Amino acid sequence: MNFITDFTNDFYLNFIKEDRWKYIVDGLGVTLEVTLFAVLIGIALGFIVAIIRSTHDKTGKMKFLNWLCNIYLTVIRGTPVLVQLLIIYFVIFGSVRVDKVLVAVIAFGINSGAYVAEIVRGGIMSIDAGQFEAGRSLGFNYTQTMIHIILPQALKNVLPALGNEFIVLLKETSVAGYIALEDLTKGADIIRSQTFSPMMPLLAVAAIYLAFVMMLSWLIKVLERRLRNSER
Amino acid sequence: MKDKKSVNAALKEAWAVSGSPLIQVKDLKKSFKELDALDGVSVDINKGDVVFVVGPSGSGKSTFLRCLNRLEEPTEGQILFEGVDITDPKTDINLHRQKMGMVFQQFNLFPHMSIMKNLTLGPMKLQGKSKEEAEAEAKRLLERVGLSDRADAYPNQLSGGQKQRIAIVRALCMKPDVMLFDEPTSALDPEMVGEVLAVMRDLAEEKMTMVVVTHEMAFAKEVASRVIFMADGKIVEEAAPDEFFEHPKTERLQNFLAKVL
Ligand SMILES: Nc1ncnc2c1ncn2[C@@H]1O[C@H](COP(=O)(O)OP(=O)(O)O)[C@@H](O)[C@H]1O
Ligand SMILES: [Mg+2]
Repeated sequence: MNFITDFTNDFYLNFIKEDRWKYIVDGLGVTLEVTLFAVLIGIALGFIVAIIRSTHDKTGKMKFLNWLCNIYLTVIRGTPVLVQLLIIYFVIFGSVRVDKVLVAVIAFGINSGAYVAEIVRGGIMSIDAGQFEAGRSLGFNYTQTMIHIILPQALKNVLPALGNEFIVLLKETSVAGYIALEDLTKGADIIRSQTFSPMMPLLAVAAIYLAFVMMLSWLIKVLERRLRNSER
Repeated sequence: MKDKKSVNAALKEAWAVSGSPLIQVKDLKKSFKELDALDGVSVDINKGDVVFVVGPSGSGKSTFLRCLNRLEEPTEGQILFEGVDITDPKTDINLHRQKMGMVFQQFNLFPHMSIMKNLTLGPMKLQGKSKEEAEAEAKRLLERVGLSDRADAYPNQLSGGQKQRIAIVRALCMKPDVMLFDEPTSALDPEMVGEVLAVMRDLAEEKMTMVVVTHEMAFAKEVASRVIFMADGKIVEEAAPDEFFEHPKTERLQNFLAKVL
């Protein structure tokens, strides 16, 4: 009986009183917004970098761009995402007022792009050279061969890895509170600092992350199965 | 761009009335680092020729064939195809490749597309054919190789022999002026070799110009109009099939034939 009363009181204090649930719901909105747009930037950036890098690997062209891409990959993958976020917020945008959501989207997008690039490049390089030659021998130029023959196969191969990268990204955005962005994690933290009762808000937030991750995993599996069925 | 095209068109026209060979290879060389894979190969291939290229492994047969459509970039020498120097870096090789069908040992069908898509991709994207046109042509050719019922299948659902027949059809759908074959039956189980050779025999009978690298000596004897023996990146002997197999002149060819026949 005591336990149930405690629970109810705790629940009331953390979520109902002073509409504290809004921190969670608003925070979730911010987290999803940042993740979604960062994913889009990550995909765009990742594909461009992957195509430049594998074009260089295959043909020896694009030396300068390849060099730039290598620097990007080395720096981004060699430093923590939180440090990148802080640099972008306090150094690059230090002297201008800028929307924190935008900063987070840029930081996580640039970060994710580096990982997506290496995943996609791996996918492109894993396609048998004979596929490329078959395309070229029909008269397709390099770009057409990439678009019609190589990329569709590469994408199919790397879909699970890409999905996984987005799950990682969703969780990584939880450090956005360091630039005082009120995301899901920060929402729980705000409640905790007001109620001095950390367990319930933190567990609630953990459960929400878990639910989204499980949903994404399931989606990826379904997509994967569909793609596989279309081939055999 | 446009200028180049009209120059090429003029060259092609001049070539058409001149009665020159379809392909003229002049002193072709290809080196991989230190290794001379091709060491000065010259040969004329006329319209309707069925040229077989045989020789020991590593003698440069594949390199020769792949230089013809510049899948390998020649190091030196010239290739005139329909009167146009396709080794000239300014030549748009993609246009000429459309006229040179290629069939690979490993088939190289596109696994993410149905057979029909495999066959119509080139004609639709490169030659501006409508879907209906391209599919009608593909169906006609599928029928010829006895695979009409497989149009909606995916490559993974086919046997090796079927895959290779589809690969041949894919090249034919581009309406090529010459077909290049690199050991088209070497990756096949023995019982499937016959069905692929039958398709090639058909093509030869229709006077398709063909260059065939193969180890199938009996087939070469039967179908070839000319047989070339390569060793160490050079053409060592070249003759009509009867002469080639019954009266080989060089010792190297005699030894080679003694081993493979
Ligand atoms: N891409 C390549 N890089 C380096 N050496 C190669 C390459 N392709 C072929 N070679 C070499 O060139 C020679 C001729 O090869 P190839 O034309 O494949 O012979 P064949 O088809 O007659 O067996 C061989 O010694 C082979 O090892
Ligand atoms: Mg070979």
